[in-house]
Amino acid sequence: MYEIIEGIIEAARLIVTLDPDVMAISARSIVISLTATVVATLVAVPLGAAIYFGTFPGKKSLINLIQTLYSLPTVIVGLLIFLLLSRVGPFGFFRLLFTPTAMIIAQTVLILPIMTGLTISALSGVDPVIRDTLRSLGATRFQFLKSVMKEARFAILAAVAVGFGRAISEVGAAILVGGNIMASSFASSTRVLTTAISLETSMGNISQSIALGIVLLLIALAVNLVITMIQNR
Amino acid sequence: MLRRTLFAVAAVMVAILLICGCTGTTSGPTPADNETQQLRIATTTSLHDTKLLDHLKPIFEEQYNAEVLIISAGTGKAIEYGERGDVDVLMVHDRAREDAFLANGYGTDRRVFAYNYFVLVGPESDPAGVANMTPEAAFTAIREKGTTGDANVTFVSRGDASGTHSKEQAIWKAAGFNYTTDVQGSGDWYQEAGTGMGATLSMANEKQAYTLSDIGTYLAYKGDIDLVTLVDEGDILLNVYCAMQINPEKYPDTNTTLAKDWINFLISDEVQNEIASFGVDQYGQPLFYAVGDDWEKIGVTEAEVKDPVQ
Repeated sequence: MYEIIEGIIEAARLIVTLDPDVMAISARSIVISLTATVVATLVAVPLGAAIYFGTFPGKKSLINLIQTLYSLPTVIVGLLIFLLLSRVGPFGFFRLLFTPTAMIIAQTVLILPIMTGLTISALSGVDPVIRDTLRSLGATRFQFLKSVMKEARFAILAAVAVGFGRAISEVGAAILVGGNIMASSFASSTRVLTTAISLETSMGNISQSIALGIVLLLIALAVNLVITMIQNR
Repeated sequence: MLRRTLFAVAAVMVAILLICGCTGTTSGPTPADNETQQLRIATTTSLHDTKLLDHLKPIFEEQYNAEVLIISAGTGKAIEYGERGDVDVLMVHDRAREDAFLANGYGTDRRVFAYNYFVLVGPESDPAGVANMTPEAAFTAIREKGTTGDANVTFVSRGDASGTHSKEQAIWKAAGFNYTTDVQGSGDWYQEAGTGMGATLSMANEKQAYTLSDIGTYLAYKGDIDLVTLVDEGDILLNVYCAMQINPEKYPDTNTTLAKDWINFLISDEVQNEIASFGVDQYGQPLFYAVGDDWEKIGVTEAEVKDPVQ
């Protein structure tokens, strides 16, 4: 109990004094997870729309598969990307292992299924009457898609929020492909809030871990406020 | 409106991504004039958590205009990184697995740069009465009490194929037990944590159990736990740290220049002095011993201790 209170006080201190290590780690967390979320959105939303509106054999099974992948453990994704990017792996020549880019790739892959699936759910929530109205008004394929997406934008943005939440909070993939490196330059380090928390906990620095956890939640709060603002336009 | 905002954000992010990606992958043996080279080291959590490497890192980085990236994991995983050529240098403390690593051609130029001892720690009450016994006798006594139902006697193992875990298994073997049949799963007295040294010590503290720890991590945690050192003498407790470079014949794009520089840096006189005095201010005793002239005592050759890598 005492450690939790100590943690809250430590969190306040780290933020107010703009502790450089914590600032660097937080900035890295934000950059990596936001990038992953944006990339995943650019892939998942069109993909979700394509699957939802398309008619092809095995569509139900595909949607089932996507929903099953919601349960994909982060450490498995990490392991998969690790094997692909390792020097002896098929993409080893890119030398991306233990870099922030590898972490972005891993997080993108991780949140793709959930964002695709939630996009499909969002689109299926659009009132069928609206779809019929659009068709009867003679909308082109592009206009049709644009309007339906606009109708579903609230739920799609919720999917983005979920995607970001999953990306910034995961540890397994970040540690495996990033290596939790604290180097002298910003761009070469791969320590983010979650991996730092993991390290501090394993070293017994409980209040430090809690402090970092609070910082992470505050960041998530800020990002979600922005998303809510966009939702309410 | 939404699309445009998303697109703008995406463009900015992709730009940042490219910057991160490009600067993050500048490594390799091409020596540019003033370009900072990167050295990747895989090491074990026991060594890294003592903060010795963090202490030496800036000294090396300034001297050689380099950037040192340290990835720490259990010894097993660190060796895996070495076998896959994902790092330039491997620093571990498991003689047997190092020998195999060298024999299989994954590493070259092993140099010993420090040593210390493992310790058997446990509750002050010492229910198994092992204080000051030899390590083998202590382990036997703990197992004896544990398997005959003394509920106060528990042993927490690392259980994670780490260097410390290997040492623990070696002690069981020296005491005459078959690890997989006589120890593992032989009762609730023997618990496998599957985590790093710090977490294992915390767990042993919670359960007031015995565990084997390297002296460095134990001292770092001493203020936070009630476990005391019960057995700290015995040749088998010797813990020898070495560094080796990943074989450039197997992985030609390893940063061999910096790897050699780092290893030679570690065995240089100045750094050996630095290592020998590390931790005294904080813990009242050094965490490591420099080998100096004691190579015979720790069972290695003089060349491995003194000769710089060519």
